[in-house]
Amino acid sequence: MTFVLLVLCVVSFAVGSVPISPERILHSLIKLLTGNFSIASEEELILFSVRLPRIIFAGLVGAALSLGGVIFQAILRNPLADPYILGISGGSALGAIIGIVIGAGSFYLGIPVLAFLGALATVFLVFTVAGSARSPLPDNSLLLSGVVVNAFFSAAILFFLSIVNSMELRSITFWLMGDLSGASTREVAIAAVCLLVGFILLYAQANKLNLIVQGEDTARYLGVHVEKTKRGLLIVTSLIISVAVSLAGIIGFVGIMVPHFMRLVFGSDHRLLLPVSALFGASFLMVADTLARVVIAPAELPVGVITALCGAPYFIFLLKRNQY
Amino acid sequence: MPAIEARNINFSYTAKSVIEDVSFTIDEAQRVAVIGPNGSGKTTLLKIISGTLFPHSGQMIVDGQETGKWQRKEIARKVAMVPQDTSRIFPFYAEEIVLMGRFPHLGRYRFEDKRDYQLVREAMEKTNTLAFADRRFNELSAGERQRVLIARALAQEPEILLLDESTAFLDLKHQVRFLSLLQQLNALQKLTVVFVTHDLNLAARNASRIILLDNGKIYAIGSPAEVITSANIKGVYDVHARVDANPYDGSPSVTLLTTQQSFDFKGNASHTMP
Repeated sequence: MTFVLLVLCVVSFAVGSVPISPERILHSLIKLLTGNFSIASEEELILFSVRLPRIIFAGLVGAALSLGGVIFQAILRNPLADPYILGISGGSALGAIIGIVIGAGSFYLGIPVLAFLGALATVFLVFTVAGSARSPLPDNSLLLSGVVVNAFFSAAILFFLSIVNSMELRSITFWLMGDLSGASTREVAIAAVCLLVGFILLYAQANKLNLIVQGEDTARYLGVHVEKTKRGLLIVTSLIISVAVSLAGIIGFVGIMVPHFMRLVFGSDHRLLLPVSALFGASFLMVADTLARVVIAPAELPVGVITALCGAPYFIFLLKRNQY
Repeated sequence: MPAIEARNINFSYTAKSVIEDVSFTIDEAQRVAVIGPNGSGKTTLLKIISGTLFPHSGQMIVDGQETGKWQRKEIARKVAMVPQDTSRIFPFYAEEIVLMGRFPHLGRYRFEDKRDYQLVREAMEKTNTLAFADRRFNELSAGERQRVLIARALAQEPEILLLDESTAFLDLKHQVRFLSLLQQLNALQKLTVVFVTHDLNLAARNASRIILLDNGKIYAIGSPAEVITSANIKGVYDVHARVDANPYDGSPSVTLLTTQQSFDFKGNASHTMP
């Protein structure tokens, strides 16, 4: 899986609206690796300050969303759960937009913090709606509640969009569909640190996730403090989702397709599922973003368009087949 | 010191009480059956003993300490529960399920080592589940799944084993194997066993003591001969039954009677008895 990721990395690196020949890329890469590197040409400028951060950024966001999907599916024991479908991404986006409207952007990290609070609030809302362990909502009611929560957030977001000045409108709309073009090196670094810390914290719970998936009572019989574990997992997951959303906007369906596909290939043990999902999610979003860059080049699509175009039919296929 | 001691415990999920003023003690290495009609609180009682539900009043003491004071991981090393069934949404291999029984013994951030795998292997041998170790748990039959869950509980190396209708789906051969295994663990490793069952004959033959629950209260408690009587069965289940001594070991043996049969039975009895 790491290998797949690296290959796709190089491929995405090479593909773009400005064609750059493979030899020149190789040449530049060798220059970079041997240490005597300075940006010498326009091509290298495109490669290293536009494409490279963006590829890494796409990878980070893809990994974050996939991890979010794995965790929500495990805790809810519902293979159709994902941050987008449950409305967590929407809540996070609403938090961020409120931040933009009230001008929190002038504070350092103001908008990501509000996005985090939005995500956290939605997570706890969804889990209250989902009911206690004793009277859990049936699988599909949970998805229905996600639809309702999403509709509410969309309305709220549209409300705020109507009152902001129209100059910002296009960028916000683009962001709402998932947009990786705004990646700066600093943002990528912040996202990388958050994701790495988040992943380590989640991975430390991988064993317990396996038990929770067997049912909360079973997990208790086997010695897991379920409430405490769930609370911790949800907070960490909200954090990495809100990092992804506040930087890249709403990108749907990554969190449902990737874990499902990985489970088919690698089984359900979270000690394996978490890392492979993160790697595959990274590869997946990288490819989707590369497509988004080149399909209507020199213009580009929001990457959310690509993920929704393949994700929505896949979701319906899963729902229809009713065997996850 | 008793292995399990309940002191006047009460429990309810909603306003209606499920366990009402229940007290009993179970000594180490005893085999105790819990019987009673649907909804009489049997499973809830097991959950309270396992320390996953806590009494609203009264005390449940396991191995000398109240269940609320045990750390979850600590009590899971002492008490194992075989639930009726578990979630099968995500595909796990049978062996992975059994390996989960080792979780309470694992150190933080540690993977299972050779000894853990050895214990898992033994548990699967004992329950005759090795043959489908690498099959998906959700593709097994109900009886096979039950045996895998039993193997998981054995891998937990408990001092107290709680069984919630664990023989319900087992075929005759595996029922006998399992009951023999319980006797053996009980005798050799001083395993305390508390099992819930609907099969009164199975309870009578395999338990040294029986707790008969009715509406969350203890209706009768004692040896099989004391608890399994036609009067108690009529009182709790509202059915007529004939209770004889089992010719093999003298334990009570229950024959349930339909309304017509019970009429004939009484009729005959009055004819034959002087």
